[in-house]
Amino acid sequence: MEKWADNKAWFLVLPVFVVVAFSAIIPLMTVVNYSLQDIFGPGNAVFVGTEWFKEMLTDTRLHDALGRQFIFSSLVLLIEIPLGILIALAMPKKGWGASASLVTLAIPLLIPWNVIGTIWIIFTRPDIGLFGVGINSLNLLDVPFDHTARPSYAWVTLMAMEVWHWTPLVALLCYAGLRAIPEAYYQAAKIDGASSWAVFRYIQLPKMRGVLTIAILLRWMDSFLIYAEPFALTGGGPGNSTTFLSIYLVKLATGQFDLGPAAAFSLIYFLIVLLFCFIFYQALLNVGKGEKTS
Amino acid sequence: MARIEFDQIAHSYYPNPTVASDYALKEINTLWEDGGAYALLGPSGCGKTTLLNVISGLLKPSKGRVLYDGIDVTDLPPEKRNIAQVFQFPVLYDTMTVFDNLAFPLRNRGFNNTDTTRRVHEVADILDLTPDLKRKAAGLSADAKQKISLGRGLVRSDVAAVLFDEPLTVIDPHLKWHLRRKLKEIHEQLKLTMIYVTHDQVEALTFADQVIVMYEGEIVQVGTPEELVENPRHKFVGYFIGSPGMNFLPCTLEGQNARVDGVTIALDPETAALGAKARGMLELGIRPMHMEVHGSPVDGGVPVTMKTVEDQGSFKILTSALNGHTLLSRVPEGHPVPEKQAWLKFPPQRTKLFADERLIR
Repeated sequence: MEKWADNKAWFLVLPVFVVVAFSAIIPLMTVVNYSLQDIFGPGNAVFVGTEWFKEMLTDTRLHDALGRQFIFSSLVLLIEIPLGILIALAMPKKGWGASASLVTLAIPLLIPWNVIGTIWIIFTRPDIGLFGVGINSLNLLDVPFDHTARPSYAWVTLMAMEVWHWTPLVALLCYAGLRAIPEAYYQAAKIDGASSWAVFRYIQLPKMRGVLTIAILLRWMDSFLIYAEPFALTGGGPGNSTTFLSIYLVKLATGQFDLGPAAAFSLIYFLIVLLFCFIFYQALLNVGKGEKTS
Repeated sequence: MARIEFDQIAHSYYPNPTVASDYALKEINTLWEDGGAYALLGPSGCGKTTLLNVISGLLKPSKGRVLYDGIDVTDLPPEKRNIAQVFQFPVLYDTMTVFDNLAFPLRNRGFNNTDTTRRVHEVADILDLTPDLKRKAAGLSADAKQKISLGRGLVRSDVAAVLFDEPLTVIDPHLKWHLRRKLKEIHEQLKLTMIYVTHDQVEALTFADQVIVMYEGEIVQVGTPEELVENPRHKFVGYFIGSPGMNFLPCTLEGQNARVDGVTIALDPETAALGAKARGMLELGIRPMHMEVHGSPVDGGVPVTMKTVEDQGSFKILTSALNGHTLLSRVPEGHPVPEKQAWLKFPPQRTKLFADERLIR
C-alpha cells in the first residue's frame, strides 16, 4: 500500500471528535472536576481530592435511595417483561385488530412524562379520581386510599403508573419479534406434534431473545434513571419512601447546592448503570449459546 | 405407512372462488401407493406446495377428501395425521441440542426414553450426524441444519408419509448430490412413502420412481422419468422436462405428412390417422436429442438456416431457423456441425403430434 505524504485524512475525523467532545467528554470532565473540589461560590473553590466520594459512599440516605432503586427496577423488570410478552402473544396477527391494538399500545408512550405523573395524581385522588374514589367506595382498606398517605399506597400507585407507561414498549418490541418468525416454524411444530407451551418455549421465546435483550436493557436503564414521573406524582414522599437516586441527586445539587458531593454521586450513579448494563448484556448474549467448540 | 388418496381435491386461497383461475388446485384425483418415492415437479406457483400442505393437513382443501388407507382425514390437523414434513429452509429448535431436536417429535408423542434414544441414534447414523448429537443445533452449518430437519422428518418409523418441500434449495451443489443419494438410500432402507416437491427436474428424475408434473394447479402427467421424456402427455411436460425442452411447430395435416409453413415432414401412419380425428390446434413436437443433423441434403431432410452453437461440454446445442420458427437440436461432442445451412431429419417414430397442447400420439 502506498503511504500518503501527509496526515490530512485526520481532518475527516475532526467533526465527529468535536461533536463527541462537546456532547459527552467536556460535560463529563466538568462533573469530574466538580467532584474533586469544594465549591463555595463562583471562582472560590478548594481542591479536596476524593473526600466527596468517601462521603457519598458512606451516606446512608444514598444507600437507602440505592436500595429503593434496586427494588423498583427489579419489580419493573419482573412485571413488565412477562406482561409485555403475554400482551404480544395475545395481540391479533393481522386485520384491523392488529392496527387498533398497535395504536392503543402506543398512546402511553407518546405522553410527556411529567404529564403522566399529573394524570395519575388525578386518577388516584381520593376525592375526584376514578381509581381513588372507586377503591375507597369498596371499603376494603383500613386506611382510605390516598397515594400521599402511606408509603405502600405511594409505591402501588407508582408501580401501576410505571407499568401502564412502559409495558407497551415491551409488548411492541415482543410483537415485532414474534411477527419476524417464519410461518414454517409453526408448521414444523404442528407436524412435530408440539404443544402450545413447547411452541412458546422452543420457538417463540428463543426467537424473541434479541428484542427481549433490548427490552430488558432499556427498561432497566430507564427505570434506574427514573425522575419525572415520581417527581410529579409523589415528589419523593411520603417521607423519603419514593426518593429514588435521581430525585435525591437533584435535591442535593439544586436544593442544597452541594455541587461537589452531587458530582461525586453522579459519577458513582453513572458507573452503577454502566456496570449493570454490561452485566445484563453479557448474560443475555450468552444465554442459550452453550458450548461453542466440540 | 399408508396409501394416500385424493378424491376430487380443489383448493382456493380466496373465500368465494368463482372462476377457474381463482383455484390454486383444480380438481385433483390421484393416488400415492404405500412405500413409493414420488416427486412433484413443476414451476414456481403451480400449486406444488399447496398440494403438499393439503396432504399434511396444514391446509384444509376447499373441496374434496383426503384419504389415508381409505379413511377420511380431511378434517384432521397435521399432528393427528401422523405425517412428517421437511421444509425448504432448515427449521430448528435453536436452544436444543441436535439430539433433542431429533427426539422432539418422538417425545411429543410420548415415546419412552429407550425407544427415543434408539431411533435418534439410528437416524443420526444414516445422516452422519452422530458426532454432532451433543452440540447445540444453532451453531451448525446450513447443510448440517437441513440434515437435522430431514432427520426430524425421518425419526418416526410409523409415519404415513414423509413430505419434502424443496429441501435441498439451501444446500451447496456438491452436497446436494450427496444428500439426494442419501434420501434415495433411506427410501430403499426404510420403505417409507416419500413425496418430494421440487422445481428441479434433475432432482425429481433421480429421486423418484414416479414423477407427478404439475402446471397451473393441475396434474398434467404422472409417470416414470422415462415416460415423461419419451411421451410427454402435455406440451408443458415436453418443454419443462429435458434440457433443452421439446421443439414445437404449429402444423396442418396432409395425408400421412405434416406441413409446417409449406415444408413437409413425414409422420408415423398411426400418428397421422389419430391426428386426422383430433380437434383443435395441431402442433408437432420433437425432442432436440432425437433430431438428426446433416450437413448436406438428405432424403426427407428439412433445410434450415444455422444460427448459433452452444458447447455444453459433453454435447452441443444447435439453434437453427425454419421459416421463422426456432429449432433446437442436440448433437454429441465430435459430431460435425454444419456452417450456414443444415438439413434436419425428423424420425417419424420420435415425432409427436399435439392437439390443443395435449398429446395425440
